[in-house]
Amino acid sequence: MSINPDQTIKFSPMHRLQWEEVQQKDVILYPEGMVELNQSSAEILKMCDGTRKLDQIVADLEQKFATTGLVNDITAFLEVALKNGWIQQN
Amino acid sequence: MAGSNKINITPPRWLLAELTYACPLQCPYCSNPIDYAKYQSELDTEDWKRVLTQARKMGAVQLGFSGGEPLTRKDLPELVKHARDLGYYSNLITSGYGLTEEKIIHLKEAGLDHIQVSIQASSQELNDHIAGTTSFQHKKEVAHLVKKHGYPMVLCVVIHRENIHQMPQILEMAEELGADYLELANTQYYGWAHTNRDLLLPTKEQFEQAEQIAQAFKEKVAGKMKIYYVVPDFYEDRPKACMNGWGTTFLTIAPDGVALPCHSARELPGLDCPNVKDYSIEQIWNESKAFNFFRGFEWMKEPCNSCDEKEKDFGGCRCQAYLLSGDMYAADPVCSKSLNHHVIQEAIDSAKASALANNEKPLIFRNSKNSKRLS
Repeated sequence: MSINPDQTIKFSPMHRLQWEEVQQKDVILYPEGMVELNQSSAEILKMCDGTRKLDQIVADLEQKFATTGLVNDITAFLEVALKNGWIQQN
Repeated sequence: MAGSNKINITPPRWLLAELTYACPLQCPYCSNPIDYAKYQSELDTEDWKRVLTQARKMGAVQLGFSGGEPLTRKDLPELVKHARDLGYYSNLITSGYGLTEEKIIHLKEAGLDHIQVSIQASSQELNDHIAGTTSFQHKKEVAHLVKKHGYPMVLCVVIHRENIHQMPQILEMAEELGADYLELANTQYYGWAHTNRDLLLPTKEQFEQAEQIAQAFKEKVAGKMKIYYVVPDFYEDRPKACMNGWGTTFLTIAPDGVALPCHSARELPGLDCPNVKDYSIEQIWNESKAFNFFRGFEWMKEPCNSCDEKEKDFGGCRCQAYLLSGDMYAADPVCSKSLNHHVIQEAIDSAKASALANNEKPLIFRNSKNSKRLS
């Protein structure tokens, strides 16, 4: 499965992304399961709001963290996310 | 052991709220205790709300509303709403019995995240026989309605000797019903399943064939349906990492308010499991004798104590060790290193002999009459 650069990306309505105060981290919640996220993964997923395509997500994150060269890392993570059903495209 | 303060205590993540032991079904592998009928009292709404609030504050985030049949509690929508306000991810674990479209909508509005519907078999005749109640058609309707109203739907089928031959049809049914997740739960032999083990435990050949079919299906539906396969530990040679380690992750509250490190733990002797009416969740989790009993590794005997896998499986399941060897400190007999490992083969042989006998005894169904008779 790979990310289609021409389509927007949205977080799956079958999952919930939530900040956990006790754990001090974001988590993905789904039926009887939970994935703990590191900060960069959580930042990427928060950009998946159904309005942005891949290049916009990369541009926005590079701007937010005042850096460049994130495209490969972000694409690789989004492919994992797509395979796990955390995000959707269409 | 009790009172030890050397162990780093992690906060609970999972809260299983067994709201009631009442259930219209009579499944002969029910995980409720055999003597459930003697526990008549149930926590009231305010007790449950307090428990949910306290456990959430400690870090619990996954919440299972279970039973018995949780739908028999009139205050379920109110508890669901309270859970949502606190930020839990709420799972309703139900037989589907008594679930209507109106209730499905109402629970969604209250903030329920997911509904897990159990089906006992892929045919009406066998489903209704195992459930002890006419329920098959209704369960299928409920599964459709769960999907219709936008919930992720988990279909749960408990696998045993009576239905294991239906594996291909069970998989087909899950696909037809549009399940997002299919839980194929090989029976774990506690509670009622322990009593009925000779009639429920399949042969190794049956297991292997069913697993092969399920694995092939898993690849076919990858990306559409996720399959949770609960392994049949009698045919493994290492025990399961039960509860992810005692008192590390899971907290069960029984209908009468007794707090348990796992849902079978009330069968273990001498734990003095505390009640939420007497103590806060924080006191129970951190300080109680029951929750500290098998925390860490100090309680272990040989072969566990010197085993290089003890941090992986924690010696297996304490309830299984007790049920099968009479010693809750012993290695789980499933482990091939266990001195009691032969009891597993004896159980397998006994079940096979029962299957081949002409006069196989009948299943003992889970109901109040049998509960009182057996306890």
